Amino acid sequence: MWSGFPLFPETASTVAGRIDNLYFFLVSVTAFFTLLIFLLVFIFALKYRRKSETERPRPITGSFFLEFIWIGVPLVITLIMFTWGAVLYFDLARPPKGALDIYVVGKQWMWKVQHPTGQREINELHIPINRPVRLTMATEDVIHSFYIPAFRIKKDVEPGKYSTLWFEATQTGEFHLFCAEYCGTRHSLMGGKVVALEPKQYQAWLSGGAADETLEEAGARLFQQLGCVTCHRADSGARGPALEGKFGKPVLLSSGETVIFDEAYTRESILNPRSKIVAGYPTVMPTFQGQISEEGLLQLIAFIKSLTPRQEGNQ
Amino acid sequence: MMSSPTMHREEIALESPWTPKQHYLNMSYGVRSWLLTKDHKRIALLYLLSITLFFFVGGFFAVLIRLELMTPQGDMVQSETYNKLFTLHGVMMIFFFLIPSIPAVLGNFLVPMMIGARDLAFPRLNLASWYIFVIGALFALGSAIFGGLDTGWTFYTPYSSIYSNTNVVSAALGVFITGFSSILTGLNFIVTIHKMRAPGLTWFRLPLFIWAHYATSLIMVLGTPVIAITMVLVILERFFGVGIFDPAVGGDPLLFQHLFWFYSHPAVYIMILPGMGVISEIVACFARKRIFGYRFVAMASLAIAVIGFLVWGHHMFLTSQSVYASMIFSLLSFLVAIPSAIKVFNWTATLYKGSVSYQTPMLYAFGFIGLFTIGGLTGLFLATLAVDIHVHDTYFIVAHFHYIMVGGMVMAYLGGIHFWWPKMFGRLYPEGWARFAALVIFVGFNLTFFPQFVLGYLGMPRRYHVYPEEFQVLNVMSSAGASILGVGYLIPMVYLIWSLKYGHVAGPNPWRAAGLEWETPSPPITHNFESTPVVQRGAYPYSPEEVQVV
Amino acid sequence: MSEAHPALAHHFEDAEQQHEAASLGMWAFLITEIMFFGGLFAGYAVYRMKSPEGFAEASHHLDIALGGVNTAVLIASSLTMALTVRAAQMGSRRFLMLFLILTIALGSVFLGVKVVEYTHKFEESLIPGRHFNFEGMYSRTAEMFFFFYFAMTGMHALHMIIGVGLMLALLVMAHRGRFSPEYYSPVELSGLYWHFVYIVWIFLFPLLYLIGRH
Repeated sequence: MWSGFPLFPETASTVAGRIDNLYFFLVSVTAFFTLLIFLLVFIFALKYRRKSETERPRPITGSFFLEFIWIGVPLVITLIMFTWGAVLYFDLARPPKGALDIYVVGKQWMWKVQHPTGQREINELHIPINRPVRLTMATEDVIHSFYIPAFRIKKDVEPGKYSTLWFEATQTGEFHLFCAEYCGTRHSLMGGKVVALEPKQYQAWLSGGAADETLEEAGARLFQQLGCVTCHRADSGARGPALEGKFGKPVLLSSGETVIFDEAYTRESILNPRSKIVAGYPTVMPTFQGQISEEGLLQLIAFIKSLTPRQEGNQ
Repeated sequence: MMSSPTMHREEIALESPWTPKQHYLNMSYGVRSWLLTKDHKRIALLYLLSITLFFFVGGFFAVLIRLELMTPQGDMVQSETYNKLFTLHGVMMIFFFLIPSIPAVLGNFLVPMMIGARDLAFPRLNLASWYIFVIGALFALGSAIFGGLDTGWTFYTPYSSIYSNTNVVSAALGVFITGFSSILTGLNFIVTIHKMRAPGLTWFRLPLFIWAHYATSLIMVLGTPVIAITMVLVILERFFGVGIFDPAVGGDPLLFQHLFWFYSHPAVYIMILPGMGVISEIVACFARKRIFGYRFVAMASLAIAVIGFLVWGHHMFLTSQSVYASMIFSLLSFLVAIPSAIKVFNWTATLYKGSVSYQTPMLYAFGFIGLFTIGGLTGLFLATLAVDIHVHDTYFIVAHFHYIMVGGMVMAYLGGIHFWWPKMFGRLYPEGWARFAALVIFVGFNLTFFPQFVLGYLGMPRRYHVYPEEFQVLNVMSSAGASILGVGYLIPMVYLIWSLKYGHVAGPNPWRAAGLEWETPSPPITHNFESTPVVQRGAYPYSPEEVQVV
Repeated sequence: MSEAHPALAHHFEDAEQQHEAASLGMWAFLITEIMFFGGLFAGYAVYRMKSPEGFAEASHHLDIALGGVNTAVLIASSLTMALTVRAAQMGSRRFLMLFLILTIALGSVFLGVKVVEYTHKFEESLIPGRHFNFEGMYSRTAEMFFFFYFAMTGMHALHMIIGVGLMLALLVMAHRGRFSPEYYSPVELSGLYWHFVYIVWIFLFPLLYLIGRH
């Protein structure tokens, strides 16, 4: 039971140290004010203890100056906390360019991971250190929350939406991976470990468990199997828009609005195609709800992302 | 000594202890006279009995949880059972103990007396609110017995609406129904405080207890209906399978979280504001001084109630809520901390140059000020966006809200119960035992919950049945503390009941406290006052310039 | 305690205080009601914004004529309710009872029409749930729309039923001559409630029946 008795978590990502600094600031403010209040209460209670039953203290109604101080000082301190926290949060919300894309699907009660090269893992995540990793996450059932304490990062995964999370590990080793949002009976067992490897070892790991097909290949296969390819072609008679080179760019809809062709839009268009039709195309696409799993969706997205405009594809 | 209705009020306070011949407890006898009573004091006692029951039911679940967490493997009960335990602990403690605790017991008993009224404005509604509470509680208990409930007290969708195989409908109905009891109590307080104050009792002469209850009532009236309709939607979804919160058919689970926290965050203030009111009364009495910065403390209560309605999104920093919305919610959450800070500073300043005595209620008040300070400051960690990412849904937050709810509210509740016990029953509790119990509770509490802050930052998620081995030492410490805390709560149960028969006769005002409630005999007569009191001075006239007759 | 009116409860100083307390209580209660309906309106607004076309499409399946008739009926009932309060103020028991009966009648007509509408929806399989069947592109959104339709109008109808019950109780009290120009709080407060329920409908009708119709 005494084996390893940590009081502070490992610091194994680029943001972990930054969050710890803010945390230490908060701890010192807390300690300062807690001690201040404890001390004042203690001193006052002792010094002004009742000496006789007949004593009557002089009335003090209050002091605007003091009120001003103890409204103003906490206000300034909390504004510092707010700004510091918000700036850091904002950084965490924007993944850097060129991050390694890994796809995660949560389901009761496991995390299923797909690497772009096709490797799959369950309740384990192998990653290289010193390289930003971006997770695109979905859930098949209830809300889960992907949590790696050593990296100080966590993100809810909500049904029907993609959430993204990024981090850059700085230390090799094995770290806890948890589900932090209560998700049912075996919630506490929904997790495992993150294995951070030197880039070389990561490459070795990748080639060690070589997959049959990469994520894009799997997506391409689905694209054929589900018949997407029959309409989404580049020729002039196609009933659906060609997808090459479109990902990440704005799309004009028949309603006149413009949306960004991103993961969420791709997902919505596959599951609920009629909600946002690309301008100039008929409303003919059937829904694929129930025919494709969350993992399949992620494979398709990986495939669509990989499509670069071909010469003949440019109408 | 005979009860003498003509006796002047100041004289009563100087009399040696006596009990009136006729008071609200012995006006009539029999079960009927209690179950059909419209006397706010008797209804308060009905609430006292029922919430004490739920406190021990919820506490029993807590004991089982802490026993299970002694070992990391999850070997005492099954995961399914464990999940039901923490869910029922939360539901019982929050909806059936904390929310009604101070308002429905002490508030019911004292609001009319403190403002010089003979009863609350709507005595029948008041009784109805107790019955509604009991019916709601029966539904919740029913769900505990038949099928259990494993959604967590937060009922997050789509788990609660689609996936859970437990008795969600009955529990949600229980929460829905008991909500109306809370609405009726709040409505009654608002009307009573507005319309039934004694002549001369202007707003800024009111005790801070009344201000706190006024602010609480605003939240009850404005927030509770939203949780009611949210529970209705969850029930409808479970019955008809219409996916209002189910993304598979176009719903959005996040809508549930918005609606839920729109009530449940302000509800946190329902659970702490009345406690702050109690602390103001106790600190003033045992420091024999007017509360420092009275107006600031009074306005802080209102500020908390109002800003409290604008911060619910801070429970959703990790969801798909937009980054900008999160920033606004974070900022507002920091702002709501300021009025709480104002209160703590003002209570501390009240002690300065006072005449401080250390009777049990004051010990609880010291405990409250210290623990609430820690609880409040650790709340700032959760309002800080980047830090919340790490500590959200971990034991850090469990520790934080127990510091507020147990360290704050339960301390205040016990302090209040001890303070007004002689008023309620005309007898004093045994001081030695009471001080001892207060100390045990303080020690047990800190040992239980302080390690959880450390656990939380280490990354142990909440609601975990099985946990990694390296967290065991801290968990064992916490469980050890919980056993001390449990004993601490049992001691007052014993000596308070004992004191009903064997305690010293208290007399109208054993603490020589100021306030209209102390100008009535103990226990009070049914109509509280022989004649409506006329008020000529502000609250807490403890000082020589303000007290003519000493 | 100068005037010991039989309706004066023991804990009030005088009838005026009692009346003021009762009416503040009713207003506080109505604010609660606003928050209660507010939750539903918020949900409706969120989903309507998510898929406005589907909601518009589904709203075509509501009978605008019956909805319009019901709106007119409620407007009329609001008038008779105001006249009821007026009659109570003037101390005219005959008119008080007449207008109460009219209000009850109009309220019942409203509920009757609602039953007819609900029956139609049932026949058209527009009740959300397993048997829901909606032709067209937006069947899922339409189910959501009808969920809100039934939740909102159902909740409103429940309030109407309670309102009619209140009116019946008032009618009995009026018949027994319990009201006078000095004491008519129950009539006035029930009137407040009735007007509130009517105003809710004034929001529901355009939101559910009218918006987005071409």
